[in-house]
Amino acid sequence: MSREIALRDALNEAMTEEMRRDELVFLMGEEVAEYNGAYKVSKGMLDEFGAKRVIDTPIAELGFAGIGVGAAMNGLRPIVEFMTWNFAILAFDQIVNNAAKTLSQSAGNFKCPIVFRGPSGAAGQLAQQHSQTFESWMANVPGLKVISCIDPADAKGLLKSAIRDDDPICMMESEMLYGYKGLVPEGEYLTPIGVAAVRREGTDVTIVSFNKMMLTALEAADELAKEGISAEVIDLRTIRPLDHETLVKSVKKTNRLVVVDESWPFAGVSAEIAYEIQKYAFDYLDAPVTRVNAADTSLPYAPTLVEAYMPNPAKVIKAVKEVMYLNA
Amino acid sequence: MDTVVEQKKKTTRSRKSSKPTYSKEMYLNWYEMMFRIRKFEERALLMYGQQKVRGFCHVYIGQEAVAAGIEAAITPEDAIVTAYRQHGTAIGRGLSTNACMAELFGKVTGAVKGKGGSMHFFSADHRYFGGNGIVGAQIPIGTGIGFAEKYKGTDKLCVTMFGDGAARQGALYESFNMAMNWKLPVLYICENNGYAMGTSVERTSNVTDLYKVGHAFDMPSEAIDGMSPESVYEGVKKAVEHIRSGKGPYFLEIRTYRYKGHSVSDPARYRTKEEVQEYKDRDPVKMTESKILKDKIATAEEIAAIKDMIKKEIDAAVKFAEESPYPDPADLFEDNYTQADYPFIVD
Ligand SMILES: Cc1ncc(C[n+]2csc(CCOP(=O)(O)OP(=O)(O)O)c2C)c(N)n1
Ligand SMILES: [Mg+2]
Repeated sequence: MSREIALRDALNEAMTEEMRRDELVFLMGEEVAEYNGAYKVSKGMLDEFGAKRVIDTPIAELGFAGIGVGAAMNGLRPIVEFMTWNFAILAFDQIVNNAAKTLSQSAGNFKCPIVFRGPSGAAGQLAQQHSQTFESWMANVPGLKVISCIDPADAKGLLKSAIRDDDPICMMESEMLYGYKGLVPEGEYLTPIGVAAVRREGTDVTIVSFNKMMLTALEAADELAKEGISAEVIDLRTIRPLDHETLVKSVKKTNRLVVVDESWPFAGVSAEIAYEIQKYAFDYLDAPVTRVNAADTSLPYAPTLVEAYMPNPAKVIKAVKEVMYLNA
Repeated sequence: MDTVVEQKKKTTRSRKSSKPTYSKEMYLNWYEMMFRIRKFEERALLMYGQQKVRGFCHVYIGQEAVAAGIEAAITPEDAIVTAYRQHGTAIGRGLSTNACMAELFGKVTGAVKGKGGSMHFFSADHRYFGGNGIVGAQIPIGTGIGFAEKYKGTDKLCVTMFGDGAARQGALYESFNMAMNWKLPVLYICENNGYAMGTSVERTSNVTDLYKVGHAFDMPSEAIDGMSPESVYEGVKKAVEHIRSGKGPYFLEIRTYRYKGHSVSDPARYRTKEEVQEYKDRDPVKMTESKILKDKIATAEEIAAIKDMIKKEIDAAVKFAEESPYPDPADLFEDNYTQADYPFIVD
């Protein structure tokens, strides 16, 4: 049996179930307890678990991320919420220099089972500092795993897997889509980390995306279907490790690939995918891998500039027609 | 070390209101500035309701006396940097309400051409180094602005403003230490409005008298009342004299209050109506108006004329913002690099 619930509630269920299951799991972050979360993801958790396990922090990202790392090295399983990933930049020292490297630099003496989570990506007119996409930043770092998913059922299953995983994990959610609803199974289940999902089967072109750009990709696929173009749409769900097999398999079938990625183009997720595909499916490609990214600029406030900056279905359709050598 | 003034925890001392301490011009300037900020903010909220203003919008209502008091005690050549709750600070600096309103609307005539919105006004002409959206980030930046003044050998200083929530960021401790060690001309001002989003000052630290944080660095530090422009002016003036004499930084905790929620989306259920009322009873705009009238500093007609002028100014600012165009989509590539022919990735 499934029921339709919002992404925020699916994430809440994942944390709540894992905290019931394992005393060592706790949640820490700004406004997570008494305010029930800046985006209400942790609603009700203080009531159920108390202030020992659902902890409001001061605005001190570097400090509380580091406290999470130390706690993880010493046997606990922290979930550290960042109000958004933009503010996690202050904590990158602890995430990158410590969480990611603990296992390596201690030669296995210490592991760091921690989940850093929060929304990534632009959320309308929030301007330069509040609109960045972090998947490619974090996925660049060996030692970290990076999940980015807005499908409520999968996000729940992935977060549960992340909490049980012994490696440090960065989980990217979406400010704009916490209210996004989907069917979520009742009862216990896990979604495996590192496996992409084919959301829509198709034969003419593969469109691969993740996080809220999945909605853009699917909308474009709907439009393309009306014109008789059959697009296969893949949701990466995990950015690192990248599910190279699902991608290669799909491209071998469709012979064309468009990557829809809100990251900036330079060394972004799309660049990595393009590399993988040209390397492992070169002979199957009928056109160069093409991508639709956010613009190679900071994101300003004005609506006209947001529109120009963001990927959208029209830009995806244009890219698809380009790889199909159709005149738009 | 210089005297460290330990103030009574209670900064709400009532002032005798019989003799005006300052000139008529001073009081009317304060009143005009505070009334302008208040009306601007009320209109900004209204425009947000009509979806003309988008994104995050944090208003300054209740905190107007801070901007008014500071500006009377510094010069236009001194610098200011602050956080995202910045409309009042920017207007205090002298940015026009036209430019500020147009910025909220995201129009090309805005303070930063529609690129910043509510959180990010800047103006080099006004020595206004901006609204910063990352809590605490402007504390080292303000320290660096002060560093540059000292380096260049000027007698200018940088007013570095931040909230009570920001006072818990490590950046503050690092900055205070270096500023004190290097005797930088920086006036640190914590606008303690009691809350960082839904979190009260009491819930974030064992040290709830924020000014005491400066003591760890032997920085002269005190708390002053932020609900009266006179009190802010006096505190800032004294601090500015200290800094200009080359003795290094100074820290003021200015105790104030925000009447509205953190941003437009916050219903502020974490505090009581009584608490909000307590501050509204000491409202800086109303209190200054009644002082002016009671002490016969100016006439009711003069006050009415200021109100009338400001209301017209704000109406005109909205009209200006409405009628201005949005930036051209191609402007997206402007001002990312100073290099004019920078090769952007466009694929
Ligand atoms: C580094 C960072 N962490 C978190 C946030 C989200 N945030 C924005 S404002 C705010 C509260 C800040 O409160 P305070 O410093 O007291 O300023 P006030 O809003 O009261 O003016 C928080 C947590 C942010 N913008 N930057
Ligand atoms: Mg505050």
